Amino acid sequence: MYRSFADIRTALSHGSITVASLVQQYLGVVAQRNGELNAFLETYNEEALQQAYQIDQKIAAGRAGRLAGMVIGLKDVICYQNHRLQAASRILNGFHSQFSATVVERLLAEDAIILGRQNCDEFAMGSSSENSAFGAVRNAADINRVPGGSSGGSAVAVQAHMCTASLGTDTGGSVRQPASFCGLVGVKPTYGRLSRHGLLAYASSFDCIGTLTHTVEDAALLLEVMAGADNFDSTASTQPVTPYSKQVQEQPKCGKVAYIRETIESEGVSSEVKEHILQAVEILQSEGFTVEAVDFPLLEYILPTYYILTTAEASTNLARYDGVRYGYRSPRATDLESLYKLTRSEAFGKEVQRRILLGTFVLSASYYDAYFTKAQRVRRLIMDKTKAILADYDFILSPTSPTTAFRVGELSDNPLQMYLADIFSVQANVAGIPAISIPCGNDTEGMSIGLQIMGNFFEEAKMLAFARFLMEKCAN
Amino acid sequence: MKTVSEAILSQYELVVGLEVHAQLSAQSKIFAADANRFGDAPNTNVSVITLGHPGTLPMLNEAVVEMAIKMGLACHCEISRYNIFDRKNYFYPDLPKGFQTTQDKTPICKGGYLDVKARKGNSKDYWVKRIRLNRIHLEEDAGKSIHPADADYTLIDLNRAGTPLIEIVTEPDIRQPEEAAAYLAVVRRIVRYLGICDGNMEEGSMRCDANVSVRKKGDTKLGQKVEIKNMNSMRNVQRAIEYEFVRQVQVLESGAKITSETRLFDVNSGRTFAMRTKEELNDYRYFPEPDLAPFVVTDEDLSRIRAAMPELPEQLVEKFQQVYQLPEYDSVVLTDEREMAVYFEQVCALTKHYKAVSNWLMGPVKSYLNETGKTAAEMPLTVRQLADAVELTEQGALSFSVASKELFAALVNQPEAVAEATARRLNLLQESNTDTLLPFIREIVAKFPNEAAAYRKGKKNLLGMFMGEVMKASSVKIDPKKAGELLRQVLES
Amino acid sequence: MEITPESLEKIAHLARLQVAPQDREKLLESLNKTIAWVDKLSEVDTTGIEPLTHMTHEVNRLRKDKIEQTLTHEQALSQAPDHDADYFRVPKVID
Repeated sequence: MYRSFADIRTALSHGSITVASLVQQYLGVVAQRNGELNAFLETYNEEALQQAYQIDQKIAAGRAGRLAGMVIGLKDVICYQNHRLQAASRILNGFHSQFSATVVERLLAEDAIILGRQNCDEFAMGSSSENSAFGAVRNAADINRVPGGSSGGSAVAVQAHMCTASLGTDTGGSVRQPASFCGLVGVKPTYGRLSRHGLLAYASSFDCIGTLTHTVEDAALLLEVMAGADNFDSTASTQPVTPYSKQVQEQPKCGKVAYIRETIESEGVSSEVKEHILQAVEILQSEGFTVEAVDFPLLEYILPTYYILTTAEASTNLARYDGVRYGYRSPRATDLESLYKLTRSEAFGKEVQRRILLGTFVLSASYYDAYFTKAQRVRRLIMDKTKAILADYDFILSPTSPTTAFRVGELSDNPLQMYLADIFSVQANVAGIPAISIPCGNDTEGMSIGLQIMGNFFEEAKMLAFARFLMEKCAN
Repeated sequence: MKTVSEAILSQYELVVGLEVHAQLSAQSKIFAADANRFGDAPNTNVSVITLGHPGTLPMLNEAVVEMAIKMGLACHCEISRYNIFDRKNYFYPDLPKGFQTTQDKTPICKGGYLDVKARKGNSKDYWVKRIRLNRIHLEEDAGKSIHPADADYTLIDLNRAGTPLIEIVTEPDIRQPEEAAAYLAVVRRIVRYLGICDGNMEEGSMRCDANVSVRKKGDTKLGQKVEIKNMNSMRNVQRAIEYEFVRQVQVLESGAKITSETRLFDVNSGRTFAMRTKEELNDYRYFPEPDLAPFVVTDEDLSRIRAAMPELPEQLVEKFQQVYQLPEYDSVVLTDEREMAVYFEQVCALTKHYKAVSNWLMGPVKSYLNETGKTAAEMPLTVRQLADAVELTEQGALSFSVASKELFAALVNQPEAVAEATARRLNLLQESNTDTLLPFIREIVAKFPNEAAAYRKGKKNLLGMFMGEVMKASSVKIDPKKAGELLRQVLES
Repeated sequence: MEITPESLEKIAHLARLQVAPQDREKLLESLNKTIAWVDKLSEVDTTGIEPLTHMTHEVNRLRKDKIEQTLTHEQALSQAPDHDADYFRVPKVID
């Protein structure tokens, strides 16, 4: 099986595969393993093959796009016209998107193939992909463990070689943490680097579409194709997009790297994770980088800030799911009030309902200032302090998650404990900066350990080049 | 509840604030590119954004922002430089996203005022009241719910969802029901002048809610206010407020308190009544809309928009008095509709008989428009035609009566027709030239020496007989005014 | 700050959710645990700090006033659980 897109392109140019045979191969793995892993909710077999035949012809005619041969899965929150979209929730039963996300159109324009729709935590709320209405996703390296979340299906699909790459979404670490649990490269770009038009909204000022791939180079190429301003998203950045796919090959300068002391030294971090991160630090130092511990006194406030703000935004973003214009409607509804309450209570999962209630609470009149406005102020402090570190250092390093993949069911009854799985990844979403998780070895049980690199606003190129460099060094 | 006497009512003061929603006449909606049109078949002007589909984001319409700023400038408001939107959260089937995108924290216009002239009934006396504005802000309209009478379902049409609105909120400055109606007339006039709204309350492009309270005269504290809705004309706003004033006084006089509630106006009975379902005190949980990038209004923007604004009614009323020497009454009438004011000025570029032009417009032209149900946008005469007609009558070639009836009728909707040629063709012109008339009149007078002598001796009513003879003897029409003038001149010389 | 059973009722109603009586206690407990945890934020000194309301760096991203028809009438209604040829339908709203 092919790890990288470069390998696929080589095989295509040698004629050892065609795009069609590649798609067949992927579908074969899906047929074999998806029943057990539950990564894909749906695959577009006929359609993907049809597209593959056409792309093979384009390749032969020399007019194929840059992503010809790239087979991609979409997390079940990304719109693909005339295809179902459910956010892994029953409340969107039967719903079909009537337009495609901007990022999807850009991928298709370069001849990528969309293979199918991937399982996740319902409405992207979770860190283990156990909250899906359609069953949990399993880690392909050990089916008794979770793949992380919420983009678990997207991660496992790539991990198990069901597709070349996946698009996931990252609101608090939902691309990077599954990447870390599944041995993949997971990228969250700067907030607003990728358009959110066509991204089913969870928390509007945190949501980012991200990539899950085996290599940093593949992530760089995908990001380059997808990034840029969009007339359908006023929050998408108009900053010019540079050629990440070239820049990723550049040799990083031997600059200064910071790590937040607590993220490595705290008790909550497993000793094997700590060991591997410290090894990476040593490698960097031996390569001429300065790596220093810094303090971040606000660290313990990042998650509470995140939860207040994301649940508040989510509580209003999910108000549109009401059984009136699309999706599920309770058959027991007798009047308007019961239409709303029964539909939403029957079809939203428990965790989704919890977060909606929490979000409604923090926005309610008596508590708005104490919680919501307060959290917005703390958010500014967190962002400013993060920027201050990045003014002195090129990157901030940390483990992606305090542990490797935990067992299925281990944390599902303990929401607070589950939230702590995101403790290191959330900072990038709160501050809006880009971040990437790269695999840096396995623990003694064979489970992958992820290392996270956070970069400065819109410095994706620099971050990707550094990540590629470090990943290579760690692999040796 | 006992009715109260005039004496009791006069102890109380009425306090009213108005909230007006005006639908802006942009081509497309405020946050989506669907057509912004009234009257189309249901659910035909909807997009995935309007329907609140997952993954959709709002995109702000630049024309809508300009329209709001124009209104703010016309109302002497301060324009906010830094603007964001907010989400106002509640559930209703005609509100697709489950929240309305509005401006709570940063209304695009703050403060401001409008001066209105109000009068009681048909009285000629009026008073001027300055009504201060609190704010003007941008928001989107909801869709429409239709409740068929004998059905157990409600129908939803989302064409109107996302229509751009400005909400204009006054301070509680209104003290008389007539001031409310006058205020609405002024608002309507201005939005029509600016071309941003057609101000049609019956069709719903302009809607008004009233916040009414009362207090004993001399009290400075505001009484408990009641919101009144469902008044679909200026007259009904006035009626509702009149009724509500008396109702509230009655309640207070009977020792009870005013309930904070929303009441609806019933057009048939002229009364207000509490809504059947208790409207819950909704917690709207306003917070800043993260999906819309903020927008900033610069000095350049304001200069540009100001420069592009038409002259406003109050400016024109001044101008018509100063420049065209019209009485205030004429100025007010002519500036009621912008098209009429523009037309007036265009005619006055072709003739200096400004008052005559005004008389024409206020007289025959207005009657024509009223009878045919047309507006000043569809004038029956071209600018040239009216100017020529005025010139002809002022020169005496035509009497006003003949011109305003027969010539007018012949020119209506015949834009190619030339006034003088038409008058000639229809034999409407009359002779009024002194040099031509004088010898002719002398001839006639000479034919009746006895009557001439009698006239000179004092029988002035013989003038009528001479007039008759002059008219009879002439083959062309004669300007009677001129003829009379010259006859007197000849007879008395 | 704590959520009482009464305020849970109010909040659930605002969110149009119905909490089954048997779930109420556990839910209250879990919500209050979370609130106690986020209450921590009151320890942070935020005097003089403006709330961060927008994460985008963009300003003035406005759209030209042009009409674009992207959905047909049929497409718009096609996904509704209940509709007739012209309208979306919901159980009667008492006004």
